[in-house]
Amino acid sequence: MDIVYYLVQNTLPVAVALLLVALGGMFSERSGVINIALEGIMLFGAYIGCLFVYFIEKNPIPAQVIFLLAMLIAALAGLIYSLLLSWAAINMKADQTIVGTALNMLVPAVILLFSKMFFMSDGVTTKTRFYIREVKGLSNIPVIGKLFFQNTYLSIYIGGLILIIATIVFYKTRFGLRLRACGEHPQAADSVGINVHRMRYAGVAISGILGGMGGFFYAVGVTDGNTNGHTGVAGFGFLALAVLIFGQWKPIQIMFAALFFAFLRTLAYSVALIPFLKSLNISQDYYKMLPYIATMIVLAFTSKRSRAPKAEGIPYDKGMR
Amino acid sequence: MLKRLNSVIKSKSFSAFTSALLAIFLGLIIGYIVMLCARPEKASAAFEKILFYGFTDLGNVLYFATPIMMTGLAVGFAFKMGLFNIGASGQYTMGMFFALLAGFYLDLPKGIHWLVCVLAGLIGGMLWGMIPGVFKALLNVNEVITSIMFNYIGTYLVDMLIKSSAKMYVPTTTRTAYLPASAQLPSLGVKNSSVNISIIIAICLAILLFVILHMTIFGYELKASGYNKHASKYAGMNGTKNIILTMIIAGGLAGLGGAFAILAPSTIAGSSQTYEPINVIAANGFNGIAVALLGNSSPIGVIFSSIFISHIQRGGSQTSILGFKPEIIDVVISIIIYFSAFSLIMKNAIGRIFTKLHHKKLESEQAGEKPHSSFVDPADEIKSDLKESVDMPNNNEVASDNNNNNNQEKNINNETYDDTNKDTDNKVKEKEV
Repeated sequence: MDIVYYLVQNTLPVAVALLLVALGGMFSERSGVINIALEGIMLFGAYIGCLFVYFIEKNPIPAQVIFLLAMLIAALAGLIYSLLLSWAAINMKADQTIVGTALNMLVPAVILLFSKMFFMSDGVTTKTRFYIREVKGLSNIPVIGKLFFQNTYLSIYIGGLILIIATIVFYKTRFGLRLRACGEHPQAADSVGINVHRMRYAGVAISGILGGMGGFFYAVGVTDGNTNGHTGVAGFGFLALAVLIFGQWKPIQIMFAALFFAFLRTLAYSVALIPFLKSLNISQDYYKMLPYIATMIVLAFTSKRSRAPKAEGIPYDKGMR
Repeated sequence: MLKRLNSVIKSKSFSAFTSALLAIFLGLIIGYIVMLCARPEKASAAFEKILFYGFTDLGNVLYFATPIMMTGLAVGFAFKMGLFNIGASGQYTMGMFFALLAGFYLDLPKGIHWLVCVLAGLIGGMLWGMIPGVFKALLNVNEVITSIMFNYIGTYLVDMLIKSSAKMYVPTTTRTAYLPASAQLPSLGVKNSSVNISIIIAICLAILLFVILHMTIFGYELKASGYNKHASKYAGMNGTKNIILTMIIAGGLAGLGGAFAILAPSTIAGSSQTYEPINVIAANGFNGIAVALLGNSSPIGVIFSSIFISHIQRGGSQTSILGFKPEIIDVVISIIIYFSAFSLIMKNAIGRIFTKLHHKKLESEQAGEKPHSSFVDPADEIKSDLKESVDMPNNNEVASDNNNNNNQEKNINNETYDDTNKDTDNKVKEKEV
């Protein structure tokens, strides 16, 4: 039973990073803009967030307050960076995949350049630990207390909150409906007076905010406050895209997909602790490939009936029929 | 003469060339601004190094151009089919790994060994390129996601396999042993550089690809499905087969790039002949995207763009003397990619502003000097419209390849085209008179 607790406690911080980024991707893609740049946005958010923590942690501020502030800074960084994508994709009608690839390549290069010139290292490492050993009062509830309120991070509660908000915004508000319309048939949306460009800007901006936050959560929950230009976020932005496809562009399904991938990853990194897997005596490196291989298998089975937004990736042109 | 120049300027490839120049210009300018922000007093000297250092080290420029030329061809070739092969890195790493395998495990005489290693690299890349092709063609999985995933899988797999092989891996140096001398590519003998026979092979392959794309049925079908998937399927082309075949060829090209990189005789320690498994995705694959975009995906364009990228990379590596880091070039390259995604649109927009200004100027001149010339203008416009509409099918390469019926049409088009051209020529003369 301890192993189950351990796995769940370690899966959740990973899952929440994937969940937020994939939700961001959902807002962007359902508005009609393919966001390959999620990886770059994540890394940018993670780096700026960690940089903020690095400079502020000398002051006597409670760790969780720093966490919240850094999260907001990371979200802002992601938002600003995502503007590069929305400007190119919406105003300049550029090829969204190529722009996304360029943005993904730009961030590690900038981080390496900046860190090497000013820190003499590949990235930034923070000292503050945001780890919460137990939440007072709730950690003693049987089972649930151990699963969700011990050895955890603030990020998972924020992630849960954002999932609820995102679902409501997406399905129960006028904005959500309009956003979805722009991804399916922008001409029709335009004909009833919806500003397609503004909706798409909003979609990409939300993906920037959530992507930046997700990146910071990744840096805190997965790499213990280290962000560097070499490993970056280890393809999590792309995994989030796979989560998005696996989750069929729908928030609740995305949550389950994120949990699934995060669980596989946690499993891969805790092979030594699980007697059954340890007895198989397979090198741990094999398990590191597991999330990626699982992605491929899952996509192979789900892509045939995938329901991608219809107008995804096509720049909106008023004159086109 | 003027007419020919005019047709060159109006051609598609010239417009691709100028928009690539625009992207490069913007990339370099922003790179310069970044350097100015980082270290203002040294920025100009460093920028000069980036632009001109490569000319003093041509051998190494060509040496480092070879792998990215191959990955550029791999990305560009798939682009022609409408596939975005972002997985050149994985294919490159696989090619490298297969070449290493052949280098360490086969014991062949000098002269044959390196050839076998190169072929092994080709096969490795082909295998890794085939997978996204199969996923795309048979299972309808987006090739971008597949090839990214297989970048990671390939890198981890290769690193792990190398670490578990006692014959290749030397734990004390955390890298592989050096390849036997027989597996080295023959050097071209340029002093102080590692330039070797692979650059010649790469250029020959680029020319071969050009021939395949422009003179074979396969190349025609490939471009046709790139332009319009549904139309080509309707015309009876086997899209499934072509997708897989394209990805196999693209993978093979990237794999060759990996083999060329690892098998090169090295004058710079550690740059070739040995591999360090550190779980990092090969950067040369991503640089291939920049190369392909700058070269407009044309094999001939890729030759020049790869040499250009390698040129600024060499210059960038020299900026470390002035306190900068070589990563500045990666920044420049990614900005170039960013702008090349829409430089054509941007260039047209700029062009439109200029022609507008030009027209205004002309109009004001005409209004001032020759009031009667406005009389000629409407007819002029109609004729130029006519010319454009006749011109269009001619521009479309697909419509005028390989096909007898189309050839006849093309001839007719050419005739009318010539006629209108004569007309416009006459008109020019009239105006001059």
